[in-house]
Amino acid sequence: MLELAIKGSKKYYGWLGLLAAVAGAGVLVWLWQLDFGLGITGMSRDVSWGFYIAQFTFLVGVAAGGVMVVLPYYLHDYKAFGRITILGEFLAISALTMCLLFIMVDLGQPMRMLNVIFYASPHSMLFWDMIVLNGYLFLNIVIGWNVLEAERNGTHYGKWHKPFIYLSSPWAVGIHTVTAYLYCGLPGRGFWLTAILAPRFLSSAFAAGPALLILLCLIIRRVTNFDPGKEQIQNLARIVTYAIIINVFFFLCEVFVAFYSQIPEHMDHIKYLFVGLHGHGSLVPYMWTSMILMTVAILMLLPPSFRQNEGLLAVSCVLVFVGTGIDKGLGMISGGFVPNPLHEVNEYAPTIPELIVTLGVWAAGFLVLTLLFKMAVSVKEEVRA
Amino acid sequence: MSNRREFLKVAGVAAIGLGASPVIMNAVASSGGEQSEKQEVQINKGENALSARQWAMVIDTRKLKTAEDIEPLVDACHKIHNVPKHEIKRHEIKWIWETEFKHAFPDMHTEYLSETAEHSPFLVLCNHCQNPPCCRACPTEATFQREDGIVLMDFHRCIGCRFCMAACPFGARSFNFRDPRPFIAETNKKFPTRMKGVVEKCNFCAELLAEGKMPACVEASNGAIAFGDLDDPESEVRKLLKENFTIRRKQGLGTEPSVYYIV
Repeated sequence: MLELAIKGSKKYYGWLGLLAAVAGAGVLVWLWQLDFGLGITGMSRDVSWGFYIAQFTFLVGVAAGGVMVVLPYYLHDYKAFGRITILGEFLAISALTMCLLFIMVDLGQPMRMLNVIFYASPHSMLFWDMIVLNGYLFLNIVIGWNVLEAERNGTHYGKWHKPFIYLSSPWAVGIHTVTAYLYCGLPGRGFWLTAILAPRFLSSAFAAGPALLILLCLIIRRVTNFDPGKEQIQNLARIVTYAIIINVFFFLCEVFVAFYSQIPEHMDHIKYLFVGLHGHGSLVPYMWTSMILMTVAILMLLPPSFRQNEGLLAVSCVLVFVGTGIDKGLGMISGGFVPNPLHEVNEYAPTIPELIVTLGVWAAGFLVLTLLFKMAVSVKEEVRA
Repeated sequence: MSNRREFLKVAGVAAIGLGASPVIMNAVASSGGEQSEKQEVQINKGENALSARQWAMVIDTRKLKTAEDIEPLVDACHKIHNVPKHEIKRHEIKWIWETEFKHAFPDMHTEYLSETAEHSPFLVLCNHCQNPPCCRACPTEATFQREDGIVLMDFHRCIGCRFCMAACPFGARSFNFRDPRPFIAETNKKFPTRMKGVVEKCNFCAELLAEGKMPACVEASNGAIAFGDLDDPESEVRKLLKENFTIRRKQGLGTEPSVYYIV
């Protein structure tokens, strides 16, 4: 099937070339980072995780979000989603590729990466994160590939896939739960020390993942002969609506607990993010933008007539994706580190090299996504023809 | 088509086998299987080495009144441990440093603090917690707790994920954001320098204890810092703890710091 991914129009090759060029620029800057050290980023001993880990966290969500098409189809036998499950699975593969790349570029000594296996430490959440992320990648490759191949050959996928398929749904929940556990089990980091962090991560995941999928479906309909389907897109839109509302609700729960209990360690980080702390507030405009985007998205998604208008729906999906992206990909990580454990405010801002590496990883992920989607869509076109 | 698939299957299995073999070998070796002879790792202690069940430190802040009292301690530590002096604050590395009461004890800060607490400098360093969250977070055992309670770093195993820095509620850890060597004024050949990309922190001078010497900051403190075995009722630290009211940083978190402060 791989041959389908490399046969395409000039535009297709142009797009691939563009992505490869951006990814290549990322690689070059990463080589510089390898040579100099992580000092070329904006991170410090106070904000010791930055943009890379934040993007990683957000993308684990996008990967987990793919399960929102897989689960209704396989577990509830909702047939309509059968048309697009492959898109959910392939989206998960490319999101996971980006996750693993982000972890790699964030390591101080990436060549020692395998120490995590050689000196396996089950007491570390990072060990479990490695297991669940790689496991989920494996599951999606196996399921996605074989189901697509069966569709191409006009056969039913082998029975041996069933256990993998059933496993993949709880596993999707698992990847984001363990990723939340990286943060929420740390004493002295009041912003993350909340039992609702994993549910919060999941709700934003189930909003951002399907929102991106809707946008991709709309693009596919425009540039190929395969229509993912109106009903499918509408049901995804319903999922996004529920998830983004739950996400905002969970956030408000956090705000209530912090500000009604008035415990400074819990309030200070939220204050820093939304009104600034001790005169520092570089993230304030971003956080309010994120909140406004998510609120406007809810208002646009709730009325059925708005949601059924695919043009408006596309706008809502962009708002959801960008809104949750800022919330998780910027505020969630720096917010936990400012103020620092000594209650000093040392802010973080990504540097230009850091942003280029980040863009490079995104480009690499979208390169994988483009190739996989091209393959999937070509099979669909072939079968229908 | 089927030929190629067969080939890929074989190649795939072979690749998995190759990749897994070192792990399997290690597993056999470490479980002491029949084939491999069990190797007992034996570490011989020096004749004069100091030992304890749980090392602890008591800092008498009444005896460290000004920045001038504290500077020599910090310098002594940073000098013998080859801690670099970076120009850019983002890259800063520190093992022991001075701060204000409100930063050392943010949960105990009040507007109506005693004059001495308000104006005295406070010395902060790794607490060598008895229940260290950093060791729990480390995915490679690069940071670990020794039998005598000291929390150490293996600079050669650290992958630089910085999970320990997020886990530490005391901000005690630093990361080498760049090669530290050009920023060390005078290298102490008896202690290793670090490379870029690894985490470091105070080691309670484990290398000096092994030679029968007290930690550098204790030596430089003119009696303001006591160091000894928390498990020994006759030790100096226990005597000080019996005679004085002491506080520890963020006790509510349950990490059980081994550094006590007489205020």
